[in-house]
Amino acid sequence: MDGPSPIVEMRGISVTFPGVKALDDVSFRLFPGEVHSLMGENGAGKSTLIKALTGVYAIDAGTILIEGRERRLHSTADAQAAGISTVYQEVNLCPNLTIGENVMLGHEVRGRFGIDWRATHRAATEALARLGLADLDPRRPLASVSLAIQQLVAISRAMVVNAKVLILDEPTSSLDAAEVAQLFSVIRRLREQGVAILFVSHFLDQVFAISDRITVLRNGRFEGEYLRRDLDRATLIAKMIGKDLEALRALGSHRHTSAQDRTTGPLLRASGLGRKGSIEPTDIELYPGEVVGFAGLLGSGRTELARLLYGADRPDSGQVEVDGAVVHLNTPVDGLDHGIAYSTENRRDEGIVGDLTVRENVILAVQARRGWARPLSRREQDEIVRRYITALNIRPADPEALIKNLSGGNQQKVLLGRWLATHPRLLLLDEPTRGIDVGAKAEIQAEVSRLADDGVAVVFISSEIEEVVRLSERIVVLKDHHKIGEIVNGPDVTADQIVEVIARHDSGVETQLGAEEVSAGVTVEKESA
Amino acid sequence: MNGVRAWLRGLVRRQYFWGIVAILLLLGLNLIKDPTYLAIRTNPATGNLAGNLLDILRASAPILMISIGMALVIATGGIDLSVGSLMAVAGAVCMEFLNPITDASSVGAMFAAVGLALLLAGVLGAVNGVLVTVVGLQPFISTLVMMLAGRGVAKVITSGQNTTAVNEPFRWIANGYLVRFPVVFLIAVAVVVLVALVVRRSALGLMIEAIGINRAASRMSGIKPRGIIISVYVMSGMLAGIAGIFAVSSVMTVDVSRTGYQLELDAILAVVIGGTSLAGGKFSFGGTVVGSLLIATLDKTVVFLGVSAAATPAFKAAVIIVLCLLQSDVRALIRRHLPGAARRGPAGGGPASAAGRDREVPANQEGPANQEVTATRQREVTV
Repeated sequence: MDGPSPIVEMRGISVTFPGVKALDDVSFRLFPGEVHSLMGENGAGKSTLIKALTGVYAIDAGTILIEGRERRLHSTADAQAAGISTVYQEVNLCPNLTIGENVMLGHEVRGRFGIDWRATHRAATEALARLGLADLDPRRPLASVSLAIQQLVAISRAMVVNAKVLILDEPTSSLDAAEVAQLFSVIRRLREQGVAILFVSHFLDQVFAISDRITVLRNGRFEGEYLRRDLDRATLIAKMIGKDLEALRALGSHRHTSAQDRTTGPLLRASGLGRKGSIEPTDIELYPGEVVGFAGLLGSGRTELARLLYGADRPDSGQVEVDGAVVHLNTPVDGLDHGIAYSTENRRDEGIVGDLTVRENVILAVQARRGWARPLSRREQDEIVRRYITALNIRPADPEALIKNLSGGNQQKVLLGRWLATHPRLLLLDEPTRGIDVGAKAEIQAEVSRLADDGVAVVFISSEIEEVVRLSERIVVLKDHHKIGEIVNGPDVTADQIVEVIARHDSGVETQLGAEEVSAGVTVEKESA
Repeated sequence: MNGVRAWLRGLVRRQYFWGIVAILLLLGLNLIKDPTYLAIRTNPATGNLAGNLLDILRASAPILMISIGMALVIATGGIDLSVGSLMAVAGAVCMEFLNPITDASSVGAMFAAVGLALLLAGVLGAVNGVLVTVVGLQPFISTLVMMLAGRGVAKVITSGQNTTAVNEPFRWIANGYLVRFPVVFLIAVAVVVLVALVVRRSALGLMIEAIGINRAASRMSGIKPRGIIISVYVMSGMLAGIAGIFAVSSVMTVDVSRTGYQLELDAILAVVIGGTSLAGGKFSFGGTVVGSLLIATLDKTVVFLGVSAAATPAFKAAVIIVLCLLQSDVRALIRRHLPGAARRGPAGGGPASAAGRDREVPANQEGPANQEVTATRQREVTV
């Protein structure tokens, strides 16, 4: 099967950022006419590897061979010249230009009097037809078509340069099943044309539906390269989270058993709570003093569910009761009003306020609760901040340091302090331990246990399933925007059982994909290919 | 002595330090032309102070008002282009209200006129805020609409006339003296102090900055950005109203097409000179005051030096460009362009990544991307 030689071969790649080895001796191969998936959890190095291949990051060690020749890629232009095109998760197009202009941007056909628009649009039509999008009018503004079509336009733009390698970074994250099917038919068509496709997605079913070959990275290291047909889901997940199944079984003796007193009734009960496109209607109950883990891969709906429970997003179905009374959680203010706090997984964009000090960041939520007219006195502020700097061991212990200058782990601790200062009854922690060092991780885990002992209901979300199993008394398992099960933790519950629940559960995406392969209003134009 | 030196060192590091230097230089320039320029005389008849410096303070009053409002709006990440037009609206309301009143010494009429003007300016400011937050238009567009509509409203109020009025108490606002000082400057100082106290002593300032730095994070923390942003635009509108009152009070005439004309640009300049970034976030009242005084000094200097009216904008532009260059991190610029001085990153890496590597990086994966954003952002501000 390995008859043809790889079009791209990366050997022993290392990329180092100050303080972090993002890639450590990673190898990767891409063959023409093959779809190759790159798998790994957050921080595994997927994006870094792609950026090394597209010339965004310089590599510190290793070689990149393209068509057998060693190349040094200093910029994205170098990568494009070498025949590598990339389509990113967020569509990087100009919505105010037409489809044709977007496809041909930078490659317009020039006539005697500047750009020949007629020829340009003709070329755009041809490029679109090659992907089976011949009926798409290139003169329509890009903004007038759906995100899925925009994604296909982005691919066709990438193919205008006759790319031999196409990198698709999370192309399906905002598409529905029919749109995914359409995208996959385009990908298969390109594969038949001999293009090498690097596919990154966190949807396991999609990876299994489209890939020929899978490379797994973990913590910046190469874990292995496998043919899809040699790999089952449970093994793949085990490789991604880095415990082989035996080791997973061996894990776990000293953990919480669910010994909650359920006579008081739940603190929060949600029934049919859902939001289109992010989480299907879900029932859940949360009790005081209990740590509930949300387990599931990235994009499974674990974050989306937590956001609905806080009011960060507005639900479009279901209802929530707090202490037995129906409440409406439509904004974060509503959540805070009912003693709910949510610490975001997106620390940089939705967590820290970078140019403010540690002190200001800690008191922000408390101050917002009081309103602008009742400011905390400086003494009260200092007292709150000092308490959490000590309790959470925040470094540097300087309340007046700008938070953006702190390390990730300490930023996370400041944010934890911000929410603890509001004295929440329900604390939703989304990936509180991601990307932080071991010491800070242990401190945050200890704090979670302490909070539960004090009677706070805690929801703990993490990509590391062992961590969830270690901390939680009950585990809600999510997959592809569904809650697929709830496991009461006990001495015999192990991470691999949860992995198996996720792997075994068939969400039906795969069967759908087969049926709708050529559909969704895309006519196929044969002669242009 | 050490204390003084530390204070001086702190002053030099302030963004508005070069603004102060510029004011002193301009005054020095005037002093060369007329050695008695800085002299302050006492009017023998009334005992009031007079002189060029007092003229500058008097002229700075309206600019101070709109700049303070502008600083707050810019801090939230917005901009208010309508302040000049709202000055005309407030002036038109006052003149139109006072015009038919025959009792030229009625203090009640003065207060009623001021109240009405501030009310209408505040309402139009609220419209700005609603357009920005509820409708979701870009601040630039919303307030541009109000800038055009405001002149229209002013013309409707006066039926297109340049209305005049006679009312001594109202005239006193811009022309009177209190404890030998021009009243208008004292009012301006009082308003600035009041606004600064309200904003800095309450949590409003913190919330405005938080919204300007990271609106999503502020919302997640339970701040209601909508209410805060609307109230900031209302404040800006009312401060523009006060500026409008100052402007018409000095001549007791509203010129609907000239009153406050293009003053929004002066206000934006004053804010920027004061070290507040147009990208929003941290803002400085002190710096804005310095910026306003500089604009007033510059205006007076241009007249005093006899720069021809045609060359005035060019002269102003030159001064401001030099100032902005001085304020931007000159040392960083020099370091980047001197050969060998810059510590460049290893092979490849464009200027953005080179700049990124110079700084300390938080120890996590998000580091590099983060740094690149910062570097780009800094360059934007520099430009």
